[in-house]
Amino acid sequence: MSKTFAEKILALKSGKESVVSGEIVIVSPDVVMSHDNTAAIAKKFKQIGVEKVKYPEKIVIPLDHCVPAATEKYAVNHKEIREFVREQKIENFYDINTGVCHQVLPEKGHIIPGTLVLGADSHTTTYGAFGAFSAGIGRSEVASIWATDEIWLRVPETIKINIKGEIPPEIYPKDIILHIIGDLGADGALYKAVEFSGKVIREMSIGGRMTLCNMAVEMGAKIGYVEPDEKTVQWLAARTDKKYEIVKSDLDANFEKIIDYDISKLEPQIACPHTVDNVKPVSEVAGTKINQVLIGTCTNGRLEDLKIASEILRGKKVFNRVRLLVFPASIEVFAQAMELGILQELVKSGAVIMNPGCGPCLGAHEGVLAPGEVCLSTANRNFKGRMGCKEAEVFLASPATVAISSLYGEITDVRGDIK
Amino acid sequence: MSIKGKVWKYGDDVNTDVIFPGKYTYTITDPKEMATHALEDLDPKFAKKVEKEDIIVAGRNFGCGSSREQAVTCLKYAGVGVIVAKSFARIFFRNAINQGLPLVQCKEAVENISSGETVTIDFEKGKLSCKKGVFNFPPLPESVLGILEDGGLIPHTKKILKIEKGE
Repeated sequence: MSKTFAEKILALKSGKESVVSGEIVIVSPDVVMSHDNTAAIAKKFKQIGVEKVKYPEKIVIPLDHCVPAATEKYAVNHKEIREFVREQKIENFYDINTGVCHQVLPEKGHIIPGTLVLGADSHTTTYGAFGAFSAGIGRSEVASIWATDEIWLRVPETIKINIKGEIPPEIYPKDIILHIIGDLGADGALYKAVEFSGKVIREMSIGGRMTLCNMAVEMGAKIGYVEPDEKTVQWLAARTDKKYEIVKSDLDANFEKIIDYDISKLEPQIACPHTVDNVKPVSEVAGTKINQVLIGTCTNGRLEDLKIASEILRGKKVFNRVRLLVFPASIEVFAQAMELGILQELVKSGAVIMNPGCGPCLGAHEGVLAPGEVCLSTANRNFKGRMGCKEAEVFLASPATVAISSLYGEITDVRGDIK
Repeated sequence: MSIKGKVWKYGDDVNTDVIFPGKYTYTITDPKEMATHALEDLDPKFAKKVEKEDIIVAGRNFGCGSSREQAVTCLKYAGVGVIVAKSFARIFFRNAINQGLPLVQCKEAVENISSGETVTIDFEKGKLSCKKGVFNFPPLPESVLGILEDGGLIPHTKKILKIEKGE
């Protein structure tokens, strides 16, 4: 019988011949990720009464949410994590000099197709870009997996999203995913697996696919997924020599829905305050004054994102009322951007280059907002208070829209003539 | 098990950032202190006035956003006895069960409940009684009920491992 990717992989990981959507299965994950929340998880783990984690080799821990530590409390948190990692002999630990978890795990070769990855972070959906079944879970669940190597999961129904047409100039994967979220709504894919397919996906870079899968959770999805192809295989070849088997949906699998989008006429898209599905074409919000712009995060902090921004900003100065913050997603991205002269261009334009990490995306540090301020960001969330202040507003857009807007001090259509 | 409490009613897409702001995620570790910030960016009155066994009633996609478990912890320690919603975000649903906070998914009931009224919920019978009538809701799956009955995932896992060891 024909099966979806989700049904096949959860059958494989639960040791069953076959499973169907809606069924609850007990599975054993291949990779378990946690980040700065590891100290809190370790405390829960100790409450279970187990001394040692069952499989230290399955655990990956990058520090990224507040790096370097902003206050004594954050410093103590990091210290406890380093002690736990040593005590449990967890080798896949990445300290504050590495980058954002969702960039670091693929870069370091922890993500391969056909595996089950669970992470104590909602944007764990990102790894679906490599053909993994990858979902966010809570802290107690990570603690419990450390002890038992097991968790229950419900086999999700699958929504297939076909993206067709020709990508118009200055339209990026971020515009595409914002458009889809705006259309389907914040719960449009609640509990579902979302499979991105079609010509546009095949033409899309690995980084772009990561942006799509990263934001699948913003429409409620359990996982995002892109079928691996030659691009995936090549990308992985440089990162890992682990053997893997590609798992894909059968063409005639039982998809709950198949939705087509033709993006040939798509405008740049903006998610407006205070929900990610409050998406408008740039023409409706152009002219909105901004105080800060952010290029980075697990959504859009990759080399291609910084490159697009630097090409737009080259030889120009950021508007004098605007603060441009740049957070390369990892130290690898940082080093490449440095070698290519991208960071130099950005600095000349007036950017503040920050160290790889989550920065102010979740309101912890490094550029939080003041009451009345407006930020245009490449991140994935614009909830009230998200960037540290509930009287501030956050708009979300592509790196190109963010870069061009930083030159004019207001939300600007990147397709217009540069003044 | 049944619960009777006063209703605090909210809309759709109540996200984890307004339930428990990200700026506190690593600076506040005491559950009682978390409770003083519950729903801070949505309804500043809530944490000050909420009473034990009060009930949150909300629209679609309650708890969307971050995986932060504190979004459940802060509500639980603020006294919330149960959350009734049209639907729950996936990770929030898991987190609530894993911390022993019961959830009821019932669209019809939500549409008929007003803020401030007193509601009674009988979990065994799957019935919710409010001013406008009695509404049925489906029971939680068995695998999930076991966790809830043990008071959350950590005590549940502890119990299971002890059974496996024959203690």
